Amino acid sequence: MDALMQFIYSGLTVGAVYALVALGFTIIYNASDVVNFAQGEFVMLGGMITVFAFDAGLPLPLAALTAIVATAAIGVALNKFAIEPARGAPVVSLIIITIGASILIRGASQVIFDKQLHRLPAFSGDDPIHLLGATLLPQSLWVICGAFAIFIGLWLFFTRTLLGKAVLATANNRLAAQLVGINTGFVMTLSFALSAAIGALAGVLVTPITLVSYDVGVGLALKGFAAAMLGGMGNPKGALVGGLLLGLFEALTAGYISSQYKEAVAFVVILAVLFVMPQGLFGEKKTERV
Amino acid sequence: MTILEVKGLGISFGGLRAVNDVSFSVKPGEIVSVIGPNGAGKTTLFNMISGVYLPSDGEAKLDGEDVTAQAPHLLAAKGLTRTFQNLQIFQEMTVLENVVAGFHLSERPSIWADLFSLPSARRRSAEVRDKAFAFLEKVRLTNAAEEEAGNLSYGALKRLEIARALAVGPRVLLLDEPAAGCNAVETEEIDDLIATLAQSGIAILLVEHDMKMVMRISNHIVVLDHGEKIAEGTPEAVSKNPDVIAAYLGTEEEEPAHALG
Repeated sequence: MDALMQFIYSGLTVGAVYALVALGFTIIYNASDVVNFAQGEFVMLGGMITVFAFDAGLPLPLAALTAIVATAAIGVALNKFAIEPARGAPVVSLIIITIGASILIRGASQVIFDKQLHRLPAFSGDDPIHLLGATLLPQSLWVICGAFAIFIGLWLFFTRTLLGKAVLATANNRLAAQLVGINTGFVMTLSFALSAAIGALAGVLVTPITLVSYDVGVGLALKGFAAAMLGGMGNPKGALVGGLLLGLFEALTAGYISSQYKEAVAFVVILAVLFVMPQGLFGEKKTERV
Repeated sequence: MTILEVKGLGISFGGLRAVNDVSFSVKPGEIVSVIGPNGAGKTTLFNMISGVYLPSDGEAKLDGEDVTAQAPHLLAAKGLTRTFQNLQIFQEMTVLENVVAGFHLSERPSIWADLFSLPSARRRSAEVRDKAFAFLEKVRLTNAAEEEAGNLSYGALKRLEIARALAVGPRVLLLDEPAAGCNAVETEEIDDLIATLAQSGIAILLVEHDMKMVMRISNHIVVLDHGEKIAEGTPEAVSKNPDVIAAYLGTEEEEPAHALG
């Protein structure tokens, strides 16, 4: 029982990170139909920039803010210089561009930063909290609460504000959105900025637990992608649930079967989703009108 | 007093000259129809005026201001919007939400009031929904207000698109085949609607294949063939113009060849 609780805590923690990555996927996918495989790199940049700004003497909150703003700017640049010039190209080409961008960002980080593993101090100390017979690190709470806070913030943004609705309208029909006066170029910029900022925040929150190096992005992007697929691509609720479920699957597999199979879970999930329900848990069935 | 002026507009796709040197103007409250055989360049002309295509040459002026090749969202802000022959509807929204989206530019939102759903934000939403509902009444779609737009028939979607365009508050409205796919009764309703809109001072530019409708409601007709303007004038003048008759029916010399073929 205690072991199970322990696995659940660790599953929820890592699942919350996957959920944040999946939310990032969701925002850009909704605005442009593009699956942005540089999403994992945003997480890495969030962690790396915070570490280096912190080591340079900035207080932690300021270092984190710097990282989030800088990463958002990189997201905007990715849209401006790589996605926008290729507008009109098939979606697959755009996805390949994002893979290229992720390789570029990884390479550049290796040169600008270094190849070492880095860590940040936990935000609220390292004293474990005892809860329901198992222990939980305060930092885990930060990660889980962070994911929920971002999810609620996004939900309010998309359902209540005019700008959020403009993003949804653009996703639904770009030309129609332009006709009613929505600046769809700005909506794209905003989506990339938001998505990169959320990725960076995930990086900041998780670095004290999992450490960060220039190459953590690939794995996170894959896991986040699996989570988004599981929940249903394009659905924020799906991203959250998919992320948490994937994290739990991983932790339970590692605990009860073997930690060697842990990494395989995400791929099994992708395959299972594709075979059994390609639209995911919350995705809508696509029916084409002819 | 001209609100929309098109001067020497032309576009080429590769080697194909789709529209060449077309000029005309529209006054407020006037209904101007663009007619011509299939492939004459009517929709291409619309796409250039509404900023969907970049014209190769010529210019479009809205109320004296050069708006050539401006993006559709900027044109919408200046009072020019349109509907599409093949529909551009937010399929996954409800019918009412589609029209509400049309009020995008006139809403004055406050992010914080919206996020916390303050009374001011709720009041604003309610007002916009009421206004949107009024437009749905105009196009007789109130009983479908809460339905998902994707489920509506083609004719109903055409009217929905007009309602959304009206919500933008246009001074110039481009309608691309508004009566296509509508039955006789619906066509007459759209007729009346267009006439009312023109009376309220909106300048209307219309592409339509239903000649009876065009002849009945237009003040002025522009005829295109192979991308060129071959005639313009009042409905009577145009319907008697030999060039126009030739473009639609073929010339007499051609006829025997067709008869033999």
